[in-house]
Amino acid sequence: MSGRNLFTRPARLAAIAPYGWMVLFFLVPFGFVLKLSLSQVANAQPPYLPVFDLSAGWRALVAAASVLSLDNFRLLLSDDLYLAAGLRSLTVAATATALLLLLGYPVAYAMSRLPRRFQPLAMMLVIVPFWTSFLIRVYAWINILQHDGLLNQVLLALHVVSAPVVWLSTDTAMYIGMVYSYLPFMILPLYATLSKLDPSLCEAAADLGSSPLQSFWRVTLPLSLPGIGAGALLCFIPLVGEFVIPDLLAGSDAPMIGQTLWLEFFTNRDWPVAAATAVMLLAILLLPLVIYDRFQRRQMVRP
Amino acid sequence: MSAPRRFDAMSRFNVAALALGLAFLYLPIVILVIYSFNASQLVTVWGGWSLRWYVAFFNDEAMLAAAATSLRVAAVSATLAAVLGTLAALALTRGERFKGRTLFSGMLYAPLVMPEVITGLSLLLLFVALGMERGFWTVTIAHTTLTMCFVAVIVQSRLGGIDRSLEEAAMDLGCGPVRAFVAVTLPLIGPAIAAGWMLAFTLSLDDLVIASFTTGPGSATLPIRIYSEVRLGVKPMVNAICALMIGAVALTIITASLATKLSGRRGGNAAPM
Repeated sequence: MSGRNLFTRPARLAAIAPYGWMVLFFLVPFGFVLKLSLSQVANAQPPYLPVFDLSAGWRALVAAASVLSLDNFRLLLSDDLYLAAGLRSLTVAATATALLLLLGYPVAYAMSRLPRRFQPLAMMLVIVPFWTSFLIRVYAWINILQHDGLLNQVLLALHVVSAPVVWLSTDTAMYIGMVYSYLPFMILPLYATLSKLDPSLCEAAADLGSSPLQSFWRVTLPLSLPGIGAGALLCFIPLVGEFVIPDLLAGSDAPMIGQTLWLEFFTNRDWPVAAATAVMLLAILLLPLVIYDRFQRRQMVRP
Repeated sequence: MSAPRRFDAMSRFNVAALALGLAFLYLPIVILVIYSFNASQLVTVWGGWSLRWYVAFFNDEAMLAAAATSLRVAAVSATLAAVLGTLAALALTRGERFKGRTLFSGMLYAPLVMPEVITGLSLLLLFVALGMERGFWTVTIAHTTLTMCFVAVIVQSRLGGIDRSLEEAAMDLGCGPVRAFVAVTLPLIGPAIAAGWMLAFTLSLDDLVIASFTTGPGSATLPIRIYSEVRLGVKPMVNAICALMIGAVALTIITASLATKLSGRRGGNAAPM
């Protein structure tokens, strides 16, 4: 039957516009980042050298290319500031991902155990905050965590503390903001896996004499590993390069790599070093990105 | 037999986890909205109910201009993203094999998790290299690039759930591929495209980092203005702006879920994600 090839040719045509768009606005720009990371900062407009000018001819291009150097990367590797930023980004992202898992798993598990008819509602309730602005959600916590904010007021009223606690500009505040902002990204993949688990497996484990905790540990948890992996990647990768949350909630003494990039670009106006930082960030993320892509494709084949 | 077991399964622990989780998600937003009605000049002292900060916002021309820019960018980029994202989803689910398919799906998934500082910086460098003047269109293009990927994922999951024999039947009855698409597929994936458009719209309205890199003088978006205010500390007016944005989102979601309810249960799971 011809049904197999249905839509194939028009679908190929459909690919042209989005394909071209993504190549031009997603793939090609990385080439510019790479080129700029090998350039020198200059007091000019745009603020870097060399500038490739195709109209200047081949010889000028070669001359410009010969000026490219690895100086920026040498700077990144020799200055402790950048290495520390990279290391801190990884630790912070890993810690936040672990916290997200600890908090998200019970919620996702409870959602999957709700009676079927309530599950779409629960899912909706988890998604809705994701639709409100990221910036607003971080800002809401500034309101609560500031010196005379609601949290300190409540703690003082309950006599838990005798003097206001400093929350803002600490790592605690940053982790709260991160967990809060990324929680739906963790809950949804976990829920997707847990809700597909056959409950009879746990019943079988119970029939064979295992306690609820044992059957969770030996049946449910191993079977939900794909969801754990998806949720962890979905949170970890963007968290490494996160800018807004550490900038607004954490102290300024130990910046993350996204903040370093921002600082180099907007404050120091050193575009080449900012580009080199972006390349470094990308290099750090390459492995998790590849894993993520594999994962997505596997899910696509078997939806 | 399943009734008592279901009851057992929904143990106290689960109820507590769900209640605490949802409280954690919603409490900060609720507090923010309540404090936006605070009459006091001090953000932390409750001075009674008042609308003064809303009035202040509607008298602040710079903020209003930024809000207008944001809405225009969001509307244009969400529309572009809905078209491009739907085409991409069709190509991935209906086109069996084509050259560079792997690269294509990689390019569509990577921006979903790519740190925004990288996307922003790389797009800016492209615009500089192309000699484009930075402003409304550069931000719009940047947002389209990011949000079309979200649309593609949503529409793709909907396309995966559609019985392809419906399209085949239409073609067996003499429809061309395009006509079969318009008559059969499009109505079925309509809710998903609408959900994708709305998500693209809110993501664009929300974005600070990419917009900061790609914008130019005179076209600051609302998040850029809010960010520069917030850096200087909490301002009561920002509370009001945030509450307005939350209200708009809530209204959109309620309208959307009512619309999908009214349009019948045929649409199946037209949930926003």
